[in-house]
Amino acid sequence: MAADVTLRDTRIDLTKSPAFAADLAGLDALETFQDPRRPLPARIWSSAWPKLAAVGLGLLIWQIAVWSAWRPEWVLPSPLTVFESLGNMITTAEFWDALANTLRRAVLGFGFALVSGTAIGLAVARVRVLRTAVGSLITGLQTMPSVAWFPLAILFFGLNESAIFFVVVLGAAPSIANGLINGVDYVPPLLVRAGRVLGARGWSLYRHVIMPAALPSYLAGLKQGWAFAWRSLMAGELLVIIANRHALGQEMQFARDNSDAVKLISIMIVILVIGILVDVLFNAFDKRLRARRGILDSV
Amino acid sequence: MTLLDFRAGAASAASAKSVTGPAKSLTGPARTIPDADPDRPAVRLDAVSRRFGTGPTAVLALDRVSLGIAPGEFTCIVGASGCGKSTLLNLVAGLDAPSGGTLSTYDSRVALMFQEAALMPWLTVGENVELPLLLAGTGRGARQRRAAELLGTVRLDGCADKRPHELSGGMRQRVSLARALAQDADVLLMDEPFGALDAMTRDLLHDELERVWRETGVTVLFVTHNVREAVRLGDRIVLLSSRPGRVVAGFQVPVARPRRIDSAEVAELAATVTDALREEVRRHGR
Repeated sequence: MAADVTLRDTRIDLTKSPAFAADLAGLDALETFQDPRRPLPARIWSSAWPKLAAVGLGLLIWQIAVWSAWRPEWVLPSPLTVFESLGNMITTAEFWDALANTLRRAVLGFGFALVSGTAIGLAVARVRVLRTAVGSLITGLQTMPSVAWFPLAILFFGLNESAIFFVVVLGAAPSIANGLINGVDYVPPLLVRAGRVLGARGWSLYRHVIMPAALPSYLAGLKQGWAFAWRSLMAGELLVIIANRHALGQEMQFARDNSDAVKLISIMIVILVIGILVDVLFNAFDKRLRARRGILDSV
Repeated sequence: MTLLDFRAGAASAASAKSVTGPAKSLTGPARTIPDADPDRPAVRLDAVSRRFGTGPTAVLALDRVSLGIAPGEFTCIVGASGCGKSTLLNLVAGLDAPSGGTLSTYDSRVALMFQEAALMPWLTVGENVELPLLLAGTGRGARQRRAAELLGTVRLDGCADKRPHELSGGMRQRVSLARALAQDADVLLMDEPFGALDAMTRDLLHDELERVWRETGVTVLFVTHNVREAVRLGDRIVLLSSRPGRVVAGFQVPVARPRRIDSAEVAELAATVTDALREEVRRHGR
């Protein structure tokens, strides 16, 4: 048996030769070739025109409905009238006060839901007995229309900020918790195994492996949580009217009481635009996340 | 050819590396082994068994496996499906405990590489290599220096800021190797690390791995289905049976390095090992 003599033969090392390094470098270059990206204006245009076309089409349908005299003009005003009124409205201090109040409620409620939903989600994901106990309860809460909480909230807190806050948090927190729990459930076991081999244990495994891996699903939970918070808030502002405090929902209620369809639709457009802007924000974050992880085709 | 003889490998391994003391440096290429005694193995399994489940449905994955691996030795484990190779590596890596027998790793640090690179997709290539250092509490500057150095070792200089998905499978596997080396491990466990790669990349990575193994002096325990790969790389080949996993044969590889996977010597020994493996597989068909 010649094993003892030639195990570490160092006569010629092929891997030190330039030809070998060139082989490897060549293969690397071939396998990582990427098509050049399209220029920025082209990319912006290709994402903008379908949206613009959709908005145009929507306005056209609206205008056709007005022309058909399906409803009297004071109930269904034309887009032009509404946008004129909207233009005037956003110059008033009252509008900005209402907007500020509504956004403050949204941010506070969603912020608190974010913290509590995340804490509950983490606890439920980690502790098996807690999962058995309240796992399906969270899903149940998530499917429950949060507006159903209002009568009880009003009994509890009265017609005030606390009632609105309570319902907004209850609307958003279960979605956020569920997003995190689902994310933790779907972490690839291989990454967890790799993390453990690399020395991650307990909290550091959560911090460096499980939570980053669960981030996409958590983000989806946040997005849904925001949608629920925003809906609950609008419902709340229609129901819970606080004296001397303007809010978008409350303004809508007043507009309806005064049969002011122009103002009503103007405020609805503001609410829609805020919803879209927040969604754009979430999507931008989500897209960046996917691009970094290579889940996205280069668009 | 004798089985379970780790001393042949040990003798040459000892001469190839410095055994000056227990201190470990994070940056230098020189490595030390926890135990200066070359007669002492880096890993030793004595009649190690692993049973899953209890009662009549229990599965015996490993049955009294005994194996000693010398510091710096390159051991390949070959076996068909169900030979308990992943179980074996999990045990040595400390991710699982044996049901019977004793397993010693002599305070060696153990790293494990998988068939998939298992890189964290949210981290850059450099951050992936830094991860074990971060988990060990190494400072940022030292981490980055070490990661850059290791990426150089696997010839991926300049790739630190790329994302794993931007690399090819072979490049990802090299990052995974760099990450394993960042653990400053004494023992490197490899679970079919090149199984998912194309033949050309695999051949180049064999050369790469051999070079890295020589430069670092790390002890390698390499599991594969591919007998030629085992002959190309190993100092020694251990053949495991399937269901339950038992050591059935051992082969020293007397072929001089550097080796070529398509050389006649490699093919000849591979044929011998393949015959033994086929015979073992045939047993299950009866």
